Amino acid sequence: MLRGVRHGARLIAVDPRRTSSAEWADIWLGLDVGSDIALANAIARVIIHDGLPDTKFIERSTTGYKEFAKKVEKYTLERAEKETGIPRNAIREVALAYGQARTGMICWTLGITEHHNATDNVLALINLGLLTGKVGRYGCGLNPLRGQNNVQGGGDMGAIPAKLPGFQAIEDPAIHEKFASAWGGADFPLKKGWHLSEMFEGMERGELRSAYIVGENPARSEADQGRAVRLLSGLDHLVVQDIFLTHTAELAHVVLPAGAGWTESEGTVTNSERRVQRVRRALDPPLGARDDIEIICELAARLGVDFGRPTAEEVWDECRSLSPMHAGMKYSRLDELGGIQWPCPDESHPGTQFLHARLWKDPVEGPLAPFSAVDNEPPVDRLTDEFPIRLTTGRRLDSFNTGVQTNEYTSPLRKGAEALVISPEDGANLGIADGECVRVSSRRGSVDVNVSFDRSMRPGLAFMTLHFPDQVATNVLTIDATDPKSGTAEFKASAIRIDRIPASSSLGGESQARPGEGARL
Amino acid sequence: MAELVSITIDGHGVDMAQGSTILEACRFLDIDTPTLCQLDNLTPVNVCRACVVELEGSRVLVPACSRQVEPGMQIQTDTPRVRHSRRLVLELLASSVDMTLTSGQVQGWMQRYQAAPTRFGKVATVAKPVKVDNELYVRDYSRCILCYKCVEACGADAQNTFAIGVAGRGFDAHISTEFEVGLPDSACVYCGNCIGVCPTGALMFKSEYDMRAAGTWDESRQAVTETVCPYCGVGCMLELRVQDNSIVRVTSPLDHSVTSGHLCVKGRFGFEFVQKRGPRG
Amino acid sequence: MAAVDSILGAPEPDDHRVVHGGRAARNQRHQLLPVLHAIQDRRGWVSRGALEYACRRLSIPPAEAYGVVSFYARFASEPHGEVAVHVCDDIVCGLAGVTVPDGARRVPCLGLCDHAPATLTERFGMVYEAVQTSHAAARYPGSRLLRRIDVVDPDSIDSYREHGGFAALKNAREMGPAAVIRAVTESGLLGRGGAAFPTGRKWQSVADQPVRPHYIVCNADESEPGTFKDRVLLEGDPFAVVEGMAIAAYATGSEKGFVYVRDEYPLARARMARAIAQARDKGFLDFDVEVRRGAGAYICGEETALFNSIEGKRGEPRNKPPFPVQAGLFGKPTLPNNVETLVNVLDILNGEFADSRLFCVSGQVLRPGVYEVAMGTPLRALIELAGGVPPGRMLQAVLLGGAAGSFLTPAQIDVPLSFDGVRAIGATLGSGAVMVFDDTADMRQVLLRIARFFRDESCGQCVPCRVGTRRQEEILDRMLGTNGDSRADVMLLSDIAQAMRDASICGLGQTAANAIASGLTQLRVLNG
Ligand SMILES: Cc1cc2nc3c(=O)[nH]c(=O)nc-3n(C[C@H](O)[C@H](O)[C@H](O)COP(=O)(O)O)c2cc1C
Ligand code: SF4
Ligand code: SF4
Ligand code: SF4
Ligand code: FES
Ligand code: FES
Repeated sequence: MLRGVRHGARLIAVDPRRTSSAEWADIWLGLDVGSDIALANAIARVIIHDGLPDTKFIERSTTGYKEFAKKVEKYTLERAEKETGIPRNAIREVALAYGQARTGMICWTLGITEHHNATDNVLALINLGLLTGKVGRYGCGLNPLRGQNNVQGGGDMGAIPAKLPGFQAIEDPAIHEKFASAWGGADFPLKKGWHLSEMFEGMERGELRSAYIVGENPARSEADQGRAVRLLSGLDHLVVQDIFLTHTAELAHVVLPAGAGWTESEGTVTNSERRVQRVRRALDPPLGARDDIEIICELAARLGVDFGRPTAEEVWDECRSLSPMHAGMKYSRLDELGGIQWPCPDESHPGTQFLHARLWKDPVEGPLAPFSAVDNEPPVDRLTDEFPIRLTTGRRLDSFNTGVQTNEYTSPLRKGAEALVISPEDGANLGIADGECVRVSSRRGSVDVNVSFDRSMRPGLAFMTLHFPDQVATNVLTIDATDPKSGTAEFKASAIRIDRIPASSSLGGESQARPGEGARL
Repeated sequence: MAELVSITIDGHGVDMAQGSTILEACRFLDIDTPTLCQLDNLTPVNVCRACVVELEGSRVLVPACSRQVEPGMQIQTDTPRVRHSRRLVLELLASSVDMTLTSGQVQGWMQRYQAAPTRFGKVATVAKPVKVDNELYVRDYSRCILCYKCVEACGADAQNTFAIGVAGRGFDAHISTEFEVGLPDSACVYCGNCIGVCPTGALMFKSEYDMRAAGTWDESRQAVTETVCPYCGVGCMLELRVQDNSIVRVTSPLDHSVTSGHLCVKGRFGFEFVQKRGPRG
Repeated sequence: MAAVDSILGAPEPDDHRVVHGGRAARNQRHQLLPVLHAIQDRRGWVSRGALEYACRRLSIPPAEAYGVVSFYARFASEPHGEVAVHVCDDIVCGLAGVTVPDGARRVPCLGLCDHAPATLTERFGMVYEAVQTSHAAARYPGSRLLRRIDVVDPDSIDSYREHGGFAALKNAREMGPAAVIRAVTESGLLGRGGAAFPTGRKWQSVADQPVRPHYIVCNADESEPGTFKDRVLLEGDPFAVVEGMAIAAYATGSEKGFVYVRDEYPLARARMARAIAQARDKGFLDFDVEVRRGAGAYICGEETALFNSIEGKRGEPRNKPPFPVQAGLFGKPTLPNNVETLVNVLDILNGEFADSRLFCVSGQVLRPGVYEVAMGTPLRALIELAGGVPPGRMLQAVLLGGAAGSFLTPAQIDVPLSFDGVRAIGATLGSGAVMVFDDTADMRQVLLRIARFFRDESCGQCVPCRVGTRRQEEILDRMLGTNGDSRADVMLLSDIAQAMRDASICGLGQTAANAIASGLTQLRVLNG
């Protein structure tokens, strides 16, 4: 992105915090957490009122424009200013900048998706792309920047409730039949499954009694951690397959030690730009740990099905035979081309750089792109006098998720432990000093943590990461309000209160942040 | 299609796309050209002057790495003048800097141009103590040839962090953080992209530095495997250098479309976790 | 902080909702040197805190800004007293005898060689003050370029106009840009900054560039040891320089101009600033001109290093091509011209041009100073104009063209002072410096001082110059010190010299061995 900036691109950053990326931006908008749709809709309204939509593209390639236009009409600049906290002139300026630009792209990360209305947030951004025809062309597009190396690949391979590999609908009888016959007449449900949050609800209702968890640490990564641990502990049978003895694995009845995908086994992963790339074995796994494929095949054998002993390449070739968009991606071609972007339907196909270029074909290839009329829905965890401060969570450059992997190397960037980052103004109002240990409480629990003042924060906003769950169980505070469409929890918006700790009652003793386990469950 | 430009190098005609450099033309003709400050994924700084060639009509020699081809250029790459300057550049550098850890290619150029750095007698060097101020990588500026590559990789050509720059001037010019502070006090984000581009071993993984100090570094027992970083959706290609079942250095291929050779701290250094899981077999 | 704000204005209060930054902020980068000067002027040094504040205001990474601070000799990164005394110990002052008081700093030529030994004293604080060695008045009868020096009041535009000021600009506007360029081209004027490039051709190239804006830069960095003619013009006839710039800007269609004056010329800088302000007030300037202050780096006289310096960067010369006329200051077409070159343009447009140029005669002559002589005048006549060597002494050598020039022997001083004339004996006129040495001068010390000069002033970018100037000094030092046979060392020096000449990026490295090589062959400094 910065390379683009260096070549003259304008950068607009929208983020409650003035991050280091925002420092590079020509304009930074510090909106209120969870007001993204109000902003997007107001931008759309300006674009429409100033006659900037790409009407030809809208007519030819999209549906639902009228309803969308009617919806955003209600999002006046006045309203958006009230809901986002951003001055109306600035919203207008950004709207014109995006609307008038010949090319432009919108990129986002979890700030858009870790909300109870995550899908709507994304749809609101897609609307902007469609409205101005900034999709499927060079220098345009809508790009979620993925936080793990294979989020895309997991979805592609069918690790979502309604799809089989290659985004083929499990409930489509023809698809179902295709897979069933390829798998020797295997019998598997014709009905879509549950996503993560639904599974936890299922546990709550007692409907889901056993789980097989591969490479996830929900006991630490789920919002409302207390509830997650309680539900996992209550299962009849829990199998965890991981490269570490994670907190989740500690709750398990059976633990299957696995090799690290990226360096102890063979296979492929898919990055955010849909590029399928090879991973290879560089190290022998630790004694006792086995390759994922081997574990699954062994498991199948115990259950009475013989999967044989396929290599990673054989598994992949089977996938290619069933998933048309991967069909052309032989290992040898992946090596040769340094990865291939799907769809790649046959072995002469170079892969696809612009997924939505089809929208510009005349006539349009495939289905038209729908606008979606969506409304702004403020975060579920309301700010009140009792919980007046908005906590948002996130990640730091040198760390990864719950820190199981990254806390093993000594990053000089990690100064001290987890901290609650707040503005100096809030610090002064609350009468606390930089570095002081405070108690942070939400409607779900409390933790003790040191504060750190940061001028990039505005009053009323606080920030924490989830990288050090053993020192500071940030997810004790977060809410598990979940987006019904994607199943993502609202990590980005909790309401909290910050209290000074009377010297005698400190949970942890000295000013080291540590309680975590001692928190109310 | 870019327009083609015809030039002559050492008597061979060659047509190059407009905007190509003389160096690219030399490579096209398989003419080995010494380069110390040039790297395909960095903007040319043309400071080492090892790549100079003779251009007809030019009073001075010109740097092949940055000079673009122009129609009708007549270029010589192996005249006494060219050989003299290349020899002197290598000699002057090696008389002031410890170049023992440079690549075999550089050593080859030293031989080819008969560089004899000791002939200047007893002279000043840039020797200074090794900077070991963090657990990830060390900086031994006694080996620094001031090729500016690390500065570019830290700056606008890759990382855009600008934690290091060139400070001082003349013979005292050196790579430095602001006010010479240690890396932990600087803006450094430990992406290690500077290590990736350093041609002299001045910047080195601490793991490698410690192994060299202990005498256990042994390239004959090392293998390099390409894989993909486990941490984020960018999907950076990693080259893991492994000795005795341990990762000892991580790089990325310069010509890979995702990384152009550059990584972030997690991909570069975040590998410890796989190694701390007990004995391997 | 106050120092920084005095240049940039007070900062906007922290806004937690909208910040306009990015490119707009980064485009302020060129204010870095002015800001650093403001800090240095007030505090006498640049502290980490002050630098970081400046960096925040200007969106400059601190490591890069530190690179800039540590590049320029003027900026101290450690605390310093309230007063700084700079004592010149360069070639000419060396002949006059240098005494360095406690706490004073030795510096290269201050451009006051006609007043050797020279000093510059700075007083830091809220009111900053810099005092040069006092100037004696001198008359320059019959001189074309110097005719207004000590005649006009350099602080009064009215006085300048009474002496024919702005007539040339008026003529230019009547002629139109194309005719102005034609007149300059036809006059045959060659640049006076050292490279002797045809001025008209350069103007034409800039005028022809379709890219906008165009810049003009008046190179008033005059730092070549033994050179002080530009100082005399800037201090004594600043309006003429302004008028010359206005004509050049008009002819080349330049929207903006800079005068880059070396830091050691405080009086010249002040007078230029006043002259620009008055000219603007009186409506003579229809383009924007700014005075920029060097910071103690000879290399910044090299035009591309000078551009980098104005842009707020280390004064590292750029590789050419592209040439300044194509991509110069801020990457735009730029016309760099020397002070004397620009002043000559007035006479061209007034029909008073003659082929003469200024020479700075210094060293062991009775009347050091700036002299204007017709091209082709024998060097001997020029030295006689300056009174010749003191009575009872014999001429030993002349260094023509400054530290980058070459030594002539008494046998060579009948050479005609023209570009071709001196080229015939392997010399150059360079910046017009003529340093005269009589038989009492210790030429070994002179050679060593020259070697030290280049070692100190190399920007350090390219290997042949960075290491070559260092080795040159080391080898010369041991050769001249031991009095032994030094055939091998002479070979080494000549090897280094050739590589510096052939492979260095800029003129500094390319000429850094000239004077020493000519000294070793022309002068009797080696035994055996
Ligand atoms: C090391 C070095 C120092 C220079 N210093 C000066 C200087 O102080 N003043 C100057 O006018 N030109 C100086 N020049 C020459 C300039 O680069 C440039 O050629 C000149 O300003 C062009 O102006 P002119 O065409 O009017 O001569 C220097 C060149 C070099 C290589
Ligand atoms: S540290 Fe390495 S990369 Fe950086 S300038 Fe020195 S030699 Fe070049
Ligand atoms: S190196 Fe950094 S940017 Fe690249 S995939 Fe790994 S985590 Fe992502
Ligand atoms: S020749 Fe010397 S001064 Fe010129 S660029 Fe090279 S190092 Fe710098
Ligand atoms: S490789 Fe061309 S100058 Fe260094
Ligand atoms: S002022 Fe001292 S040598 Fe010029």
